[in-house]
Amino acid sequence: MGMTLTEKILARHSGREHVNPGDTVWVDVDVLMTHDVCGPPAISIFQREFGENARVWDREKLVIIPDHYIFTNDKFANRNVDILRAFAAEQDLPHFYDVGTDRYKGVCHVALPEEGFTRPGEVLFGTDSHTCTAGAFGQFATGIGNTDAAFIMGTGKLWVKVPETMRFVFGGASLPPYLMAKDIILRIIGDIGVDGATYRTMEFAGEGVKAMTMEDRMTLTNMAIEAGGKNGVVEPDQITEKYVKARTDKLYEPVYSDPDAHYHSEYFYNLEEMVPMVAKPHSPDNKATAEELEGVKLDRAYIGSCTGGKLSDFRAAAGIIRGNKLKIDTYIVPATTEIARGLETETLLGTPLIEIFREAGCKIGNASCAACLGGPSDTFGRLNQEEVCISTTNRNYPGRMGSKAARVYLASPYTVAASAVTGVITDPRVFIQETVI
Amino acid sequence: MTTKSAHIAGKAFVLGKNVDTDQIIPAAHLVYSLTDPEERKLYGKYALSGVPSSESGLPNGNIPFINGDACESEYSIIVASDNFGCGSSREHAPACLEIAGIKAIISPSYARIFYRNSVDGGFLTPYESVGDLSEAVQTGDELEIDPAIPALVNHTQNTSHRLKPLGSVADIVNAGGIFAYARETGMVPK
Repeated sequence: MGMTLTEKILARHSGREHVNPGDTVWVDVDVLMTHDVCGPPAISIFQREFGENARVWDREKLVIIPDHYIFTNDKFANRNVDILRAFAAEQDLPHFYDVGTDRYKGVCHVALPEEGFTRPGEVLFGTDSHTCTAGAFGQFATGIGNTDAAFIMGTGKLWVKVPETMRFVFGGASLPPYLMAKDIILRIIGDIGVDGATYRTMEFAGEGVKAMTMEDRMTLTNMAIEAGGKNGVVEPDQITEKYVKARTDKLYEPVYSDPDAHYHSEYFYNLEEMVPMVAKPHSPDNKATAEELEGVKLDRAYIGSCTGGKLSDFRAAAGIIRGNKLKIDTYIVPATTEIARGLETETLLGTPLIEIFREAGCKIGNASCAACLGGPSDTFGRLNQEEVCISTTNRNYPGRMGSKAARVYLASPYTVAASAVTGVITDPRVFIQETVI
Repeated sequence: MTTKSAHIAGKAFVLGKNVDTDQIIPAAHLVYSLTDPEERKLYGKYALSGVPSSESGLPNGNIPFINGDACESEYSIIVASDNFGCGSSREHAPACLEIAGIKAIISPSYARIFYRNSVDGGFLTPYESVGDLSEAVQTGDELEIDPAIPALVNHTQNTSHRLKPLGSVADIVNAGGIFAYARETGMVPK
């Protein structure tokens, strides 16, 4: 019997001809990524277990991207970056994106593709649950803890239970003009639940996916973890190749699911019949349509994170915000420094995106994770009290963005922008019919 | 390192479903050192501090997991509903529960990364219950886990419940974590 894309990658990296779901295999790791929150404890476990003077298994394969707690005065958070800096120097690591230098990038999950580390057919582990984002490039990518990361640092290997694959097939030639990948993934998570894909792969397929940009695909795979998925994956194609080859010279070998591969389950969605979606407090699977929630009063809007802080997300939001004064405080946080530069250079009807946001009264932060996960009390955009926020981020469990008393609604950049203009949850179709995007 | 599949006894702390890693240890507290003894205690102090008050210590809620300025809890076994530990990959989540004194968790299902971190780091044993026990157990009940069967005995209510065998991770749990297991099997030099 054939194998799915994920099974093929795990077979190849464990030296087997064939694997079946449920098999436990030791895989060779192509890339290990860590950041400022989990890097320091992973490093200390590595040194405890392999010795103070141990060297990492392959300095070319370890990528360290501080991004979570960067623009804060918290002394403990700053110390964590110092620990990474010292380790990178000691190990002479070529892929360390230090804070305060030209190399600083911002959010790891968007920086990894930008820097050419998301290559089809490879295995990527990261000490962050949203590492699954890289599956958009046909890579096996998943989140791990500090101990597993330390084990990889010393051995270059990790045990993996081969997951079953759930297949989500999208019909329809392309996304309708009012719909974003975020709406689709919120709908799927709402349908299958926050544990609907636990221990499994979510494979996104069909003509609808082939028509999506890499950024759209990354939004889908990014939130596989919000359904409990081990990884999310999209088969590589010409769009993938074009993106990756522009960012790296390294050779890679794409793999594809066999026509006779076995799937745990298959779901079909017609993109043309889908509508803007929202996840209500306090769970990503608490689904409603934007239309059903029209009029819910808001205090704040937030556009940022690995899920919703990419250049296409800001282009979409700018199309709606342009020429409007916003009714509520609206925070803009580009995921990476490259995207921050894009806000200056990309224009909409002749105006740079950043000017559109400034003129509307948005508060604009530096590239980082910022308030997506709360963080220290001085974090930009953090919810510190009983506030209601609509956000392009990926999680809205109690206290995720700061205060337990806050309520967070998750939505696409279109819906968040439309809601920022009106001050209440608003279906973006109202704006998109009258706006040039 | 202690064997995590040993006999475990103590008071129950009961939680609901989808207790995510931000509730287990809010992101603001992920900054302390896990190796500095004084800072390490803070992870115990803030364990489960993100759980909404009404959900903390079921069935009645409003029971603090940690009293006042203490860094250890009087409870040693968590009984929860579905999908315990969903969300972030932060290993600080199982670590903080161990630091607070938790020896085992009993839940019908776990989020994958939390489960793996609990086992590979050797922090605590995540037992899977047969069905949801979060309504059969009350916070404060005196519990005992017999790992040989395996079963949960509730001495307060005079009941017992079967638990699922640990399965493929039993060797790692019994070894005390992935490093101990890898040394036993020769993957990493002793």
